[in-house]
Amino acid sequence: MRFRLRETTLQPPANLTPSTGGVVVRFAGDSGDGIQLSGMRLTMAAALGGKGVSTLPDFPAEIRAPAGTTYGVSAFQLRVGEGEVLTPGDTPDVLVAFNPASLKTNLSDLDRNGLLVVDSGTFTARSLKKAGYDDNPLEADTLNGVRTLAPDISRHTIDAVKEFELGQKGSLRCRNMWAVGLTLWLLDRDTSEAEHWIRNRFGDTPVGNANLAALKAGHAYGETTEVPGLDLLQTRETPHDWAPGEYRTITGAEALAFGLAAAAERTGLDIVFCAYPITPASTLLHQLSAMRRRNVLTFQAEDEIGAACAAIGASYGGALGVTSSSGPGISLKAEALGLAVAVELPLVVVNSQRAGPSTGMPTKTEQADLLQALYGRHGEAPLVVLAPRSPSDCYTTAIEAAGIAVRHMTPVMILSDAFIASTSEPWRLPEPVIPGAEAAEFRTDPEHYEPFARDPDTLARAWVKPGTPGLEHRIGGLEKSAGSGGISYDPDNHQVMNDARIAKVARVACALPPAAADGPEDASLCVVTWGSTFGVAREALAHCRATGTVAAHIHLRHLHPLPANLGDLLASYRKVLVPEVNSGQLVRVLRDRFLVDAESLPKVTGKPFRVDELVGAIESRAKIVS
Amino acid sequence: MNAPVRVARDYESGQEVRWCPGCGDYAILRAVQKTLAELDADPSNTVFVSGIGCAARLPYYLATYGFHTIHGRAPAIATGLKLANPELDVWLVTGDGDGLSIGAGHLMHLLRRNLNCQVLLFNNEAYGLTKGQYSPTSRIGTVTPSSPAGSVGDPVSACRFALGSGARFVARGIDTRIAELQATLSAAHAFSGTAFVEILQNCIVYNDGVFADFTERSVAVERQLHVVHGEPLRFGPDLNRGLILDRDAFALRAVSVGADGVPEEEVLVHDQSNRALATLLATMEGPDLPLAVGVLFAEEGPVFEAEVRDQVEERGQLPLSDLLRRTSTWKVSP
Repeated sequence: MRFRLRETTLQPPANLTPSTGGVVVRFAGDSGDGIQLSGMRLTMAAALGGKGVSTLPDFPAEIRAPAGTTYGVSAFQLRVGEGEVLTPGDTPDVLVAFNPASLKTNLSDLDRNGLLVVDSGTFTARSLKKAGYDDNPLEADTLNGVRTLAPDISRHTIDAVKEFELGQKGSLRCRNMWAVGLTLWLLDRDTSEAEHWIRNRFGDTPVGNANLAALKAGHAYGETTEVPGLDLLQTRETPHDWAPGEYRTITGAEALAFGLAAAAERTGLDIVFCAYPITPASTLLHQLSAMRRRNVLTFQAEDEIGAACAAIGASYGGALGVTSSSGPGISLKAEALGLAVAVELPLVVVNSQRAGPSTGMPTKTEQADLLQALYGRHGEAPLVVLAPRSPSDCYTTAIEAAGIAVRHMTPVMILSDAFIASTSEPWRLPEPVIPGAEAAEFRTDPEHYEPFARDPDTLARAWVKPGTPGLEHRIGGLEKSAGSGGISYDPDNHQVMNDARIAKVARVACALPPAAADGPEDASLCVVTWGSTFGVAREALAHCRATGTVAAHIHLRHLHPLPANLGDLLASYRKVLVPEVNSGQLVRVLRDRFLVDAESLPKVTGKPFRVDELVGAIESRAKIVS
Repeated sequence: MNAPVRVARDYESGQEVRWCPGCGDYAILRAVQKTLAELDADPSNTVFVSGIGCAARLPYYLATYGFHTIHGRAPAIATGLKLANPELDVWLVTGDGDGLSIGAGHLMHLLRRNLNCQVLLFNNEAYGLTKGQYSPTSRIGTVTPSSPAGSVGDPVSACRFALGSGARFVARGIDTRIAELQATLSAAHAFSGTAFVEILQNCIVYNDGVFADFTERSVAVERQLHVVHGEPLRFGPDLNRGLILDRDAFALRAVSVGADGVPEEEVLVHDQSNRALATLLATMEGPDLPLAVGVLFAEEGPVFEAEVRDQVEERGQLPLSDLLRRTSTWKVSP
């Protein structure tokens, strides 16, 4: 094969030093309490201080559920540690509960040795009743001896911002910054980043100044108060040496947006991004729309089908069409994807998976669309499927997907998910994009042109822009004659064309790096993951190795076609365990393709795996095979 | 204007035409080819996009670029195409089932957005390729394999649907009146924005003669009103009939004009910029009123793909590396 191997810079780094310690903080309150904003301030403060950090925003599907109810609770969890923090942590060490409802829904998650911070000012008879408490849990012994810090944050905030005359309601809106101030102190961080952010956001206004005052008051409160068991919050890990460079934090949705913008530069193509609003995929539409780049147009279509079709129309016109949705929307696009396969045009499809079926749990995560991505179309309709493993990996995945789509004239689906889309981590800014590094080629030569003649290596047909003189031709969903592209109902031709479409996608594997295992060569047990399960598996395996359990890890970024050596690699282990946030989908593919007796470790709760779940599962299997 | 250098034959693709013998589509294809020749359209810059159905085969028979897509989705495909390349001259070909049933949701948005393209909706009041079921434009009581006791439910009017969706150019033509259809297609082409043309098309196999009430040579003069902007709305032999506004009923009424009827000056004059009048004209049907043919409404406005492009052009393009840094960043030194 003469086509280029993937640039190594487009693959995520092989070696990581996962953090296995750190401190986990969760903020929880009403969805209008500014919980997500507060969480991001803590995240930035930790990241700027050279810590690794991973976040888990967790918000209800309702935009403003009735205040004080348990179903209106919004939460943001972050884990701060040394080195690569690959998961947002299993159990909070610190829980900051803004009201009784958030205490009620989150208390059971708090670590037994953890610290509870509550705003005692909100524990009124009315709000207790709304949350379903018969007695005030701060007075009763329902807290089971959890170490508790219960300042009247509401009162402290009102006092701190009095001079700005915002009224009671306006003053209480600064409560989250008071709590951020206190939490920064607990984590041994200063308030400079948060101050900077407040200044940028609100300027020198009464609201800005009040937020600053609340922030500082919260921090000062920490300094002057005896906090029980503070030493437990100090990480005992050795400081990590980060690779030199410039860093920022990034979510998966942001990284996908930047990746697509980078792909436009690299391919020299305009990207036409077409989407219909759907949780949790809309964030990507917002990110790209906000960029307002000349070579990245965004189009909010009338529906999911319209979005997919507009993207196909854009690719037909010589741009790179991209369409994005979540599972239910991808189902609606299925017929259009069949057309894209049949007319062999480049297309990138982003699926930010969520808990299904149907409306399911729209803000919760799942990896249950793998089989849909692989097989969920009519007829024999293969396409390329990739899955990013982390937020920052979305950047390279988007670039890679665009490159494959253009080079191989095929739809490529990216399987992201609600967790990856919204979780954030530090990201070393990539090398500057080289414009034209993967420049798309259009055929302009009318000599011997046939619309469905194929490149001998990639089997891709030539891409011709309408507007090119002398190359006028007709394409469509009807079966085409191999080569000429004329309508054909010939049985043998249909076999030839099906074989060619399948072989074309299979040949993408020739340009992929081989699958590789992380971990000791003598391992009998291998854990195989895909997508967002990467981080938790890698971290669990780091725990396992620290306690002497031997296991290897294969993470799959390319789900169709699979790496050419994967079958041989899997055959070298006595036991293969496949944890997935679904009921066992990749495991079926592996069993089907390689006749390997792989075991499924399924989970469909709408939440990612916890590290301890995987550690337990790996240790028990390792014992059996060792 | 220079003499056209191309003739209708230059727009024939050479692909064998596979419509039923006697189908109205042949005449429409001919009108399209003649219009393209008259416009001297550059085949390499012309794209015909279609959905599914008999009408949707049209792109295969034209020597331009063509994309035969999926059922009902041609408006969405065309939208992406024009966003990618606004310079292309795009024609959309659809039918009553394709455009007003499975694809109505797309067609409505194409019309309201005002993408710069021409939409040809072949209306034969039937599903042809699937063997003759009633369509959304079939009149009540239409007997078909899927409605053996006659179809129920009011049909949709293509032109009223377009006007209601906010279309800025709405016209009606008839397959058998090629010269007039050509003029309408030329006007559609000259219009900046979505130009919607309903073409009444006879399906000789499943719905033969469905428009005979209006189109039979013997009744055509009495039953068709050919609207012309700025001209009185008159029809009939010697234009002896005309339309007036019945102010009490808020409806159009056909009356005799001249000595035996109303004075000439009371006849309504066609104003193609008047959406309300266009809606009344589009609504007319027998037996008391003639069928309005020609450009019912035309009023230019902002064009979608140009507006989208302008929004991204009006702001300078930040280098990507700057875009990545539009948040707090920190440096780790070696």
